[in-house]
Amino acid sequence: MSQELIRLTNLVMEFDGERVLDSINLYINDKEFLTLLGPSGCGKTTTLRVIGGFLTPTSGDVLFDGKRMNEVPAYKRKINTVFQRYALFPHLDVYDNIAFGLRIAKLDEKEIDERVTEMLEIVSLKGFENRKVTSLSGGQQQRVAIARALVNRPKVLLLDEPLGALDLRLRKDMQNELKRIQQAMGITFIYVTHDQEEALTMSDTIVVMDKGKIQQIGKPEDIYNEPKNAFVADFIGESNILDGVMLEDYKVKFFGRTFACVDKGFEKNEPVDVVIRPEDIDIVEADAGHLCGTVTSVTFKGVHYDTIVDFKGFKWLIQTTDFCPEGSYIGIRLNPEDIHIMHKSEYSGMFGDYSSYSAEYDEIADAEGSEDEA
Amino acid sequence: MRRINRIFTVIVFFFLYIPMIILAVASFNKGTDIAVFQGFTFNQYKELFRDSNLLRLLGNSLIIAVISSAVATVLGTVASVGIHSMRGRMRSAVMGLTNIPMTNPDIVTGVSLALLFAFVGVLLRINSVLGFWTLLIAHITFSLPYIILNVMPKLSQMDPDLKEAALDLGCTPVQAFFKVILHEIMPGIISGALMAFTMSLDDFVISYFVTGSGFVTLPVEIYSYTKKPIQPKVYAMFTLIFVTILLLMVAMNLLQARDTSKKLRRKEASR
Repeated sequence: MSQELIRLTNLVMEFDGERVLDSINLYINDKEFLTLLGPSGCGKTTTLRVIGGFLTPTSGDVLFDGKRMNEVPAYKRKINTVFQRYALFPHLDVYDNIAFGLRIAKLDEKEIDERVTEMLEIVSLKGFENRKVTSLSGGQQQRVAIARALVNRPKVLLLDEPLGALDLRLRKDMQNELKRIQQAMGITFIYVTHDQEEALTMSDTIVVMDKGKIQQIGKPEDIYNEPKNAFVADFIGESNILDGVMLEDYKVKFFGRTFACVDKGFEKNEPVDVVIRPEDIDIVEADAGHLCGTVTSVTFKGVHYDTIVDFKGFKWLIQTTDFCPEGSYIGIRLNPEDIHIMHKSEYSGMFGDYSSYSAEYDEIADAEGSEDEA
Repeated sequence: MRRINRIFTVIVFFFLYIPMIILAVASFNKGTDIAVFQGFTFNQYKELFRDSNLLRLLGNSLIIAVISSAVATVLGTVASVGIHSMRGRMRSAVMGLTNIPMTNPDIVTGVSLALLFAFVGVLLRINSVLGFWTLLIAHITFSLPYIILNVMPKLSQMDPDLKEAALDLGCTPVQAFFKVILHEIMPGIISGALMAFTMSLDDFVISYFVTGSGFVTLPVEIYSYTKKPIQPKVYAMFTLIFVTILLLMVAMNLLQARDTSKKLRRKEASR
């Protein structure tokens, strides 16, 4: 990765005495695709608005190219934003919307025309120049919003859940489209979403946030494979999270059995959280298993079955292509690399139990996430 | 039930508009007796446009109405933006304060303004302070709440991201107002201005207290007519005023209807 562009140091934001951001430390490299990921109310949009210049932090610094920018107003920053509900100007047509920023900057009409035409081509909206923005579909409005921001050739583009209002199919297309535009134009993207799949697909770096704090920063693979605490493990993908004790390096004990694992560097006999991803678990005959349990529910999900298995009162989610009927007694095997060990945190015990699991769980969480945040 | 509703609607409209119809008919009457229609004529209108005194009074009223509504519109719009940017309790307190003068009886407003002007007149040692300027100030004062009342909802309905989008694209806050916000709240400004204009044009009670003999508006003068028989040419003038205001109101409603249908379409499009 290239050089550092933006740095947030000890950023604190308070509204009416309520702490919304709590000592955020973060740096963002040039040409990076960075995603702020978290549930609604976690502070991700607030962070974005601080970077955009719409909010002045209570304390801490925002640095651009090493220069402090806390008090610089939005209109003086070389940053543009794609808003959640697009915020296109309804009294202007597509062309004038895109040309808006260039006209404010008082470029000559010939150059404006060249750049707007080029942008229209990039977002595949050629021929829509004189359409009213109100007559466009959601996806088209989205692309006008992106063109309107990018035509100013900003160093950084901020995107606040830009795909939230689109249907699934269109969202997938736009994800690829955004990634392509980002790579083609070499612009830093700071992307806010509550959709973990979107974050994993598009980002170079993911910042997982909750309760105004950064929980983990890392590459998508690292965030998924090596979650730092129970919150991250649960928020990114599905996880079974169990109480365990780290006996020594490479040895962990849970459910009364000792398992080999690949983690080290813990205290002797340290209580830990053990994460086992549902897709990593192999189902075997009951007598060949490390652990045995009873299947309590099976849901067909297309690619796999969501199988809930009761192990001594603790319910696990197992994703498998093998069908095990409800009530059957099965065993499971765990390989050392399937087991991930985390230090105990404030989130321990809050996630990772599938006793109250239902198939609609994800959709409910998504619907909540798409609500506005302050 | 439906039929009864319909009958009532007709009755209500009848009572609302029958006086105006009688006035309009009277203005075209050849004779002077209201009870008997003696034939159609434009004579009253010809008379009206020959009466320089009435026309001067009408001119006075129009001057006051145009200037006061224009000034009130600018001030009220600026005030609305200010109030809109306030937070929570402060905003509702200020909105309450601006709404109270509207419910205040005109006669109270008129007398208190007259007292204020008299007080200022004494302070500045001016003998007859009442006249054009006091009348104008009074009209601006009572028009202001109506502008704010019309503009505020437009500001609240506006997507707050629009302002931020303008700032984001390099507008200073002032540019953002003129290039984006003003377009969004324009329907509210226009309906507020029209309302202020008509309120000013037909105000008698407040005007009566705050104007001197030097500058008289039409309603104030006509009030003194009621003691002697009204000349038929006044019917003609009222008919013209009524038609003008009717047209203004129709225009205003059309404007609002267009605005809401646009909003609806926008909502559908963004779905």
